[in-house]
Amino acid sequence: MNASTVDTRAPKIVDPETKKTRSVSNFLQAKLQQSLAFATLVVLLIFFSFANTAFFTWSNISGILLSTAVIGILALGTTFVIITGGIDLSIGTGMTLAAVMTGIFLVNMDLPLIVGVLGGIATGGLMGFISGFNIAVLKLPPFIATLAMMLIAQGLALVISGVRPIYFTSVPDFKQIALGTAIPGLPNAVLILFGLAFIAYLVLSKTILGRYTFALGSNEEATRLSGVDTRRWKIMVYTFSGLFTGIAGVVIASRLDSAQPQLGSGYELQAIAAVIIGGTSLLGGRGSILGTLIGALIMSVLINGLRIMSIQTEWQNVVVGAVILVAVFSDSLRRRKAIF
Amino acid sequence: MKSRTRVAVIAVAAAAALFLGGCASGSNTAAPAAGNSKELYIALISKGFQHQFWQAVKKGAEQRAAKLGVKVTFEGPASETEVDAQLQMLQAAIDKKPDAIGFAALDPKACIPLLDAAKAAKIPVVEFDAGCDSTVPLSIAKTDSKAAGALAADNMARLIGGKGEVGIVGHSQINSTGVERRDGFVNQIKAKYPDIKIVDIQYGDGDHLKSADIAKAMIAAHPNLKGLYGTNEGSAIGIVNAVGELGLAKGKVTVVGFDSGQAQMDAITSGVMAGAITQNPIGIGEQTVQAAYDAIKGKTPEKIIDTGFFWYDAKNMTEANIAAVLYK
Repeated sequence: MNASTVDTRAPKIVDPETKKTRSVSNFLQAKLQQSLAFATLVVLLIFFSFANTAFFTWSNISGILLSTAVIGILALGTTFVIITGGIDLSIGTGMTLAAVMTGIFLVNMDLPLIVGVLGGIATGGLMGFISGFNIAVLKLPPFIATLAMMLIAQGLALVISGVRPIYFTSVPDFKQIALGTAIPGLPNAVLILFGLAFIAYLVLSKTILGRYTFALGSNEEATRLSGVDTRRWKIMVYTFSGLFTGIAGVVIASRLDSAQPQLGSGYELQAIAAVIIGGTSLLGGRGSILGTLIGALIMSVLINGLRIMSIQTEWQNVVVGAVILVAVFSDSLRRRKAIF
Repeated sequence: MKSRTRVAVIAVAAAAALFLGGCASGSNTAAPAAGNSKELYIALISKGFQHQFWQAVKKGAEQRAAKLGVKVTFEGPASETEVDAQLQMLQAAIDKKPDAIGFAALDPKACIPLLDAAKAAKIPVVEFDAGCDSTVPLSIAKTDSKAAGALAADNMARLIGGKGEVGIVGHSQINSTGVERRDGFVNQIKAKYPDIKIVDIQYGDGDHLKSADIAKAMIAAHPNLKGLYGTNEGSAIGIVNAVGELGLAKGKVTVVGFDSGQAQMDAITSGVMAGAITQNPIGIGEQTVQAAYDAIKGKTPEKIIDTGFFWYDAKNMTEANIAAVLYK
């Protein structure tokens, strides 16, 4: 009867005392993980700077930041999904479908730039909405629902593009979205990444969507019993994350000045890895945007540094894999300590 | 009960479709060959279908098939690492009992038992692009990738004046085209150009974005780098993007690519890329279907059909013989 009034308020999932102690320890854990990740980043930067003088030059640093943009944007969005205890495997090929749709809107349909870009972003949002609906209402496991969406997006990207890249040569301004330099020497894609990180931070920490994101991941049943329409909020989280997928699609298309329909598969795993390295728990309920940003930077600094040092491609993969293992292991170790 | 009726309806519908389909294809070829009422069917199993290269092979195959009045199907896995998926497609093709199979091997060993199975089922097999280590296939239509890599090296050497540092952005260290295009280039440089040093070889899986980041790292690590060689379309465009993003002056780094496609042709026209090697994918498709057709008719096709490769740059791009093998 008064469910609608409760609905707009934060859920009371635990009694005030335990809530307080838990949030304090959560806060400390998050800070610890973040500072460890940050320390790792600094150590990597120092190490590579000494290993090769070509590393710490503005041109290379700006290159690293640019190479973080696409994976970073995907990682920001999917941080929300992972905090709810879910997973979204469709963000890699979904990004590609968004890029292809942007191409269709701008090149084939010749729509104005802003309409095409918003259309691309909306494509991502729509895919997120459908995944969210399948998970929240049809009760499909997130892994399966988004695996299916991953395949659907991959197939549609190929079908819609006619298995051909779409070039944006007829839209000269489009390239400026990622590669223009509003700040000299720094590509716009980097500004987009940091701007989105700030927005994601505000949404996660200051809005009701952020609060329910954590609540869904901590204890979904309790959240539901406290009168929250968990289905609706879950759909919202996946849709919100989908918008980031759409933006990543626009950015990658702009950087390549083309929509490449065969790309994208495997990008989701890199984005998820960045989120995990940044200290967000795959079990849900815990995570931060700053951590994700640092996690994405660790990945790209590591890969760039190994490339500058001419380490074989095969070994680069081994090193990145090892870093993920260490990050997750140290995280689980600390969590065990925190419980006992 | 209800579901059982539905199954029955579907089964009847499927049978009707098969029957009608059989009639339709029968009527297509019934006229010329009196005794042979069935349209010849050649199943092509490719290494992929998403790259423009494979689309051009498919186009060539379909053109020749239309000319010969045979039916072809063209399929391949989503990525060139999916050896297992490709073998399943080959198995399914054998089960369909086509009149001939055209096959491009992703892995030269894993395909051996299936080609033996095709032989046992009396289906002639021809190959294209990349071969299987088997005696079953009657012929292969392909590019001599090592010689093509060597031609890329000769042109790179000419363009940078015979000395300096060069790097390679490869697309695969496993599949045969990636390995041979790299080795052909490396061996030619070692043998003929002692003053050129290959400072780095890295692999971007043909992913445009990854290849661009690799090329940028190479340029940063080797300030004196004079040339970069990309071994397929994605690698080459990655290098072009890297040069553009770094804002390097034209000609600071000489870019040599491989294959065609709209983006590479544009880069060559604008001068960011010096030139590239193109294969003849349409020719590969045509020759594969022709060889399969000959095999069905009892003729022995040539064992190795070299479909050729060409260096193209801004000067010769519009010449008729080059324009014919370029594809967008």
